[in-house]
Amino acid sequence: MIYREAGQFKTTYASDQAIFPIVQDRVVVALGVLAVFVLPTRFANEYWLQAILIPFLIYALAALGLNLLTGYAGQLSLGTGGFMAVGAYAAFKLSTAFPSLSIVIVFLLSGLIAALVGVVFGIPSLRIKGFYLAVATLAAQFFLIWLFNKVAWFVNYAPSGTITAPSRTVLGVTVTGPTASAAARYVLALVFVAVFALIAKNLVRGRIGRSWMAIRDRDIAAEIIGVRPLRTKLLAFAISSFYCGIAGAELVFLYLGSAETLAFDIGLSFLVLFMVIIGGLGSVLGSFLGAAFIVLVPIFLTNAPHVMGLSLPVAFQKQLELMVFGGLIIFFLIVEPHGLARLWQITKEKLRLWPFPH
Amino acid sequence: MSAAAGAGVLLQVESVSVRFGALMALSGVSVDVRAGEILAIIGPNGAGKTTLLNVISGFYHPSQGRIFFEGRDRTRLRPPDVAELGIARTFQNVALFKGMSVLDNIMTGRLLKMKGSFLLDALYLGPAMSQELANRAFVERIIDFLEIQAIRKAPAGRLPYGLQKRVELARALAAEPKLLLLDEPMAGMNVEEKEDMCRFILDVNGEFGTTIVLIEHDMGVVMDISDRVVVLDYGRKIADGTPDDVRTHPAVLDAYLGVTHD
Repeated sequence: MIYREAGQFKTTYASDQAIFPIVQDRVVVALGVLAVFVLPTRFANEYWLQAILIPFLIYALAALGLNLLTGYAGQLSLGTGGFMAVGAYAAFKLSTAFPSLSIVIVFLLSGLIAALVGVVFGIPSLRIKGFYLAVATLAAQFFLIWLFNKVAWFVNYAPSGTITAPSRTVLGVTVTGPTASAAARYVLALVFVAVFALIAKNLVRGRIGRSWMAIRDRDIAAEIIGVRPLRTKLLAFAISSFYCGIAGAELVFLYLGSAETLAFDIGLSFLVLFMVIIGGLGSVLGSFLGAAFIVLVPIFLTNAPHVMGLSLPVAFQKQLELMVFGGLIIFFLIVEPHGLARLWQITKEKLRLWPFPH
Repeated sequence: MSAAAGAGVLLQVESVSVRFGALMALSGVSVDVRAGEILAIIGPNGAGKTTLLNVISGFYHPSQGRIFFEGRDRTRLRPPDVAELGIARTFQNVALFKGMSVLDNIMTGRLLKMKGSFLLDALYLGPAMSQELANRAFVERIIDFLEIQAIRKAPAGRLPYGLQKRVELARALAAEPKLLLLDEPMAGMNVEEKEDMCRFILDVNGEFGTTIVLIEHDMGVVMDISDRVVVLDYGRKIADGTPDDVRTHPAVLDAYLGVTHD
């Protein structure tokens, strides 16, 4: 950064353990949070909110959830789409069964239901590790999607098999359903992701996060310290699925409006996993960077030829987009296998010493 | 040495056998560890030293025999239960949490001293925060004691080997163990690092009164710092006594140091 910690002496452990120990960081972050709440709702148009910012926030929440499980607790999961579907279908059932229930409560309850399902599918993690666990969670993905397709009760016996977000208000503002403004949906998604990002940060810097990372880095040493593997892993599955469940509910209620199980297929699981890998495993910031990368780069690539004045055949441009996108993913993973978050950290360290090399 | 539980016996290993398939890694080994002593376990490669530590820490369960800690039978406990009894250990090949900072590694050692509600942890409020800070203060005392202040924020995986060993000792000490098991704490170290480590081990024993069981190959170190030495060979205990007793014990000379050729 262009500023340094010069002259700011830490005299307590509390100040050393703060999330942002440097005063300027705190100012920048506070202004940043204020800006993301105010600016887009004032100035961003419908397209920006609907096509870019809302999906970014929802994917960031899902990536955050998966990062807690895979990045911090070291349990590889391909069930993200399934757990998100649980959240979405739970939110649909709850909001239609209890129309007077606040949508915020509905989202939280859906998260809890997803957490329970996550715990059940997390049980094999005691015995299975790594890629094998990924295959076991794949079973969760396929089973859950099959279940929601098969049992019509989950869609209230709608012949189309889709779930549709009903209109609900928060503090008198319509936030879900066809009449909700993009700005209102954006703010609700932002509140959720901001609160849960803070909670995730608090968890990973404390007792619970350390027990997760201990299991991830060296499970045998963790055990002899007193970490109970099953309890610790299941807690990670529960919290991760809670986050993914809320993200799934938001995906339908705040972004798509209506959806069928296709929206939660294995492709979604991979997408969220890519976000976590590209953003940085074991980093809260990385979840946001990864989600931004996956959401923004395709949109940028779609618009770039047009902006540069190139007129390419549509089919060719679509292929080109995919190729460039794939190339960029490989490029970033070669430059920094630990993800964009690590890249950002290195940049900060370099800037701290700048203009001296070391 | 009698196997009876006398006053001052912290850990009692009673004719423990461990079998891996056809291999008897330990056969009928009895060891008493007295409170406050430094006990060295020596023996040639494959003698069963590490297996003995693994049995004590609950990674293996003995096929025969029993283990008592503070007079209570705890033969079939799992490693986390062993940790709760107040037994900590280090590993032969350093088993640090490589992705975490030195500070977090040592803080992890205090997990059993930390409790709390999930909700308060999530919000980092009140008791959760003050507990975190109190434990940080304790960990800082260990950091001072082991002279690793300069590396507390460094990622554990990037440290040189000798320092990793020291951090692992710090992590074990953070649990305030009654019994500390050290598996080759000085393997692969140069002379100065060994001297430092000896000093730390003696200080831990002297200042905190921690009982220490260590496996070591460096005879000089073993003879200098241990109160008692147990010698294993092919899974059997062949000698048990003061360093001087063991040094002159004929079975030890034969089996461990090699039969002398005139």
